[in-house]
Amino acid sequence: MDKRISPLSRIFLIIMFALLYLPIFYLIFYSFNSGGNMYDFENFTFDWYKELFQDTRLLIIVLNTIVIALLSALISTIIGVLGAIMIYKIRSSRTKYTLLSLNNILIVSPDVIIGASFLILFTIAGIQLGFYSVLLSHIAFSIPIVVLMVLPKLSEMSPSLLDAARDLGASRWEVITKVVIPYITPGIFAGFFMALTYSLDDFAVTFFVTGNGFTTLSVEIYSLARQGISLSINALSAIIFLVTMLIVVIYYFITRRGKRSPDLEVLK
Amino acid sequence: MENKTTRNLYTIPYVIWIAFFVIAPILLVLYYSFQDLNGNFSLTNYRNFFTPIYLEMTLSSFWYAFLITLITLLFAYPTAYLLTKLKHKQLWLLLIIVPSWINLLLKAYAFLGIFGTYGMVNKFLETIGVGSKQLLFTDFSFVFVSVYIFIPFMILPIFNALDKLNPTYLDAANDLGASRWTTFRRIVFPLTLDGVKAGCQITFIPALSLFMLTRLIAGSQVISLGTAIEQQFLVTQNWGMGSTIAVFLIIFMFIIMLLTGTKRRRARG
Repeated sequence: MDKRISPLSRIFLIIMFALLYLPIFYLIFYSFNSGGNMYDFENFTFDWYKELFQDTRLLIIVLNTIVIALLSALISTIIGVLGAIMIYKIRSSRTKYTLLSLNNILIVSPDVIIGASFLILFTIAGIQLGFYSVLLSHIAFSIPIVVLMVLPKLSEMSPSLLDAARDLGASRWEVITKVVIPYITPGIFAGFFMALTYSLDDFAVTFFVTGNGFTTLSVEIYSLARQGISLSINALSAIIFLVTMLIVVIYYFITRRGKRSPDLEVLK
Repeated sequence: MENKTTRNLYTIPYVIWIAFFVIAPILLVLYYSFQDLNGNFSLTNYRNFFTPIYLEMTLSSFWYAFLITLITLLFAYPTAYLLTKLKHKQLWLLLIIVPSWINLLLKAYAFLGIFGTYGMVNKFLETIGVGSKQLLFTDFSFVFVSVYIFIPFMILPIFNALDKLNPTYLDAANDLGASRWTTFRRIVFPLTLDGVKAGCQITFIPALSLFMLTRLIAGSQVISLGTAIEQQFLVTQNWGMGSTIAVFLIIFMFIIMLLTGTKRRRARG
């Protein structure tokens, strides 16, 4: 399908790209505005960045967000990988299908419902709203995506590989740690990064299960944005954009490495 | 015996997760939907849901979600189609996906500036002589921002479907004398329908339940099912009514998934 595209189509694509990036660059552009609003650009300034780095409260919130994201991604990756191995080993296709459907419920459910139902759950279980309720819910909604990232890698794996390991005297645990886990590593990394971005990006669920004392960045931005425009948010978004680009680049290289592994398998 | 214990050991966390965070929350929502404000069992919430206020809200929520999905599709399909024809298409696709990785709240916040009274769009409208308009807190800005947010999610599955399309079909159609439009209508579109369905599913369900966008961008113009749930849970503190709306939202979600998901399941199973 390498037909040339017409100039009109090219213009359409350029407009689409421009529109997609416009709000992001708009935010970054005005983060350097000394005027204090998003309408009139007065002079170039770094003041908002300075203000941002002097705002201890906001820095603590950023730290909270990162801690929650890393912890929840790590824990959900572990549980998700174990879950994927469990689903992979189930022979009955009916049970497998049921488990997969249960797995996918949290992916397709609207955030509002996840948030509201977790709020009920934590209240009934007597878990105080705050760090732990946010962490638990982030782990909970990240697990299914890890399972979905790991499962295809598992089914790609040739069963004779496992048979060979067992014939050579590997225990069940050794088969998992020495054969299965190394084989599915690209899937595990992809799952981890997805969990990380899910957690960093989440607003709705956190909004429901966060108490008065604890906030993440999304929730904080929401309450700031409801009060109106503040260019510290713009400065923050510029930094977030840079960090996101960095994560995307890392993720891109990891998935590319993952794509190469089947070829290596052929070589072996 | 040892095998069995080790197997149980590593399945425990996942099974616990399913029990506590998948099954329990659904049952709890169902349970609460039958409770009135005093905590007694009753059908009041369900009776209330079938009053004109809630029915009208459901209808308008569906209308907006439909509108958002349709417009998103109209822009996403050609974009995905043209992307598959580019040289470094995977890289371009990645560039389309990048904005969707930026925090949703930040993008919504950006539109406060763009659509604001003295914002970019209004400045442009004034220069071309149309004059300044109230854009923020209208249903226009709500639909626009929603479409903006969902476009990458719609492009992705359509792109994948188009990319998998066997080019020999197109050559065959061409050889048999089909026009470009006929080829598209009879071959390309039907063969990529699953991608379109997946994209619509990813767009429609969240569009029904968006609540932060309605609060930030749409003012009080638009009330979606999501806004209503948030309102009942966090403002009015009427968890019973909130749960009832949630139950209906779950039912709608299942219906939409049945409508958009049948073919994919057959292909997988």
